[in-house]
Amino acid sequence: MAFDIDVCKQLGNTRVELRVQTGPGITVLLGPSGAGKSSVLNMVAGLLRPDAGHVRVDGETLFDAGAGVDLPPERRRCGYVFQDARLFPQLRVIDNLRYGEARARAAGAPLALPEITELLGIGALLARWPATLSGGEARRVAIGRALVSGARFLLLDEPLSFVDRTRREEILRLIERLRDELRLPMLYVTHDAAEAERLGDMRVEL
Amino acid sequence: MLSPEEWEVLQLSLRVGLIATLTCLPVAFGLGWVLARKRFPGKSLLDALVHLPLVLPPVVTGWALLLLFGRSGPLGSALEACCGVVFAFRWTGAALAAAVMALPLMVRAMRLSIEAVDTRLENAARTLGATPWRVFRSITLPLSLPGVLAAVVLGFARSLGEFGATISFVASIPGETRTLPLAIYGAMQIPGGEAQVLRLAAVSVSLALGTLVLSEWLLRRQPGGQRGL
Repeated sequence: MAFDIDVCKQLGNTRVELRVQTGPGITVLLGPSGAGKSSVLNMVAGLLRPDAGHVRVDGETLFDAGAGVDLPPERRRCGYVFQDARLFPQLRVIDNLRYGEARARAAGAPLALPEITELLGIGALLARWPATLSGGEARRVAIGRALVSGARFLLLDEPLSFVDRTRREEILRLIERLRDELRLPMLYVTHDAAEAERLGDMRVEL
Repeated sequence: MLSPEEWEVLQLSLRVGLIATLTCLPVAFGLGWVLARKRFPGKSLLDALVHLPLVLPPVVTGWALLLLFGRSGPLGSALEACCGVVFAFRWTGAALAAAVMALPLMVRAMRLSIEAVDTRLENAARTLGATPWRVFRSITLPLSLPGVLAAVVLGFARSLGEFGATISFVASIPGETRTLPLAIYGAMQIPGGEAQVLRLAAVSVSLALGTLVLSEWLLRRQPGGQRGL
């Protein structure tokens, strides 16, 4: 079992609730805007504290309201690819990629920086500033940064929004390779039915 | 150009302004950070207290400093006993008055620049394994730095212009507490002092203009190889 999530959170007037146990591979979270898909990812990443429930990944408890367990985000070893990439504007691409390297070294990451830049085809971007990247390039760097940090699971929040058609296909293939070659469990948020159909080993409606 | 006496005034002003700004810097940054990022009971009271010197008549601030930090004041006598620091009628007192008067301005500017740092970037850093302290050093501080430096320069400019609190706290003692504004005021009281007033005022205007231009330039610098408009 990859993800074992049972959380609920009251956010203003909306109540976000999810109870799911997933197998390996990609679990797609589907749902309309405002249904709380990103909130669920934030709860798994430790950026948002659930009101109750638990979050377990590959058997390790990241959060458990009953047992009083709440690992801080930096100790969850999650690779979070945000919808808006969130590259650090004051750091060049290479330093963005390296930001999480310290944790990866400590944890023994499966892939090193050169392999990851190769895999993502971002070798030519290393000296650039984030502000000069296109949407698709920024997204690939963000995925790379998450991988370099020694993540043991990935959270992908609409990684294909604002990416043009040709790049979409490229990133989709990349995500499939990450699933097949690195065997990283992933939570993948989208509201695109075709994406969900293609990637989802398991689909969850929110 | 300037007479030796006027040079002394300028030197003293710069020293007082510099010491005032440097002592104010960590306090202002801490307060700016707390006001920008923390929620706690009494926050609006703290905010009001910090801003008090901005709206209070400076002479009242000076009088309050005299009560607290005068030789017989509770803080003044304690500091003299423990560290040998005396504020009353010394240049250190002028620096303290300038620091207190510059504080609201610096806190405001720093708070704004810290609030402008996207907390989502800080969250992203946490998920990449950074402790809160590393997030502060590697994300919050560098991204707010242009604004923080601009605030420091602005605070320095404000310190150079400090008059009311200084004259009521440490009087106007030549070579000790008589900074630029005090010297200008003094020269205005003397018949035939117009030429000196003009020279010192010209120095004040150039210093003020220079620091304002510098602080604007700092604010326009954005980290990330990109220069703003």
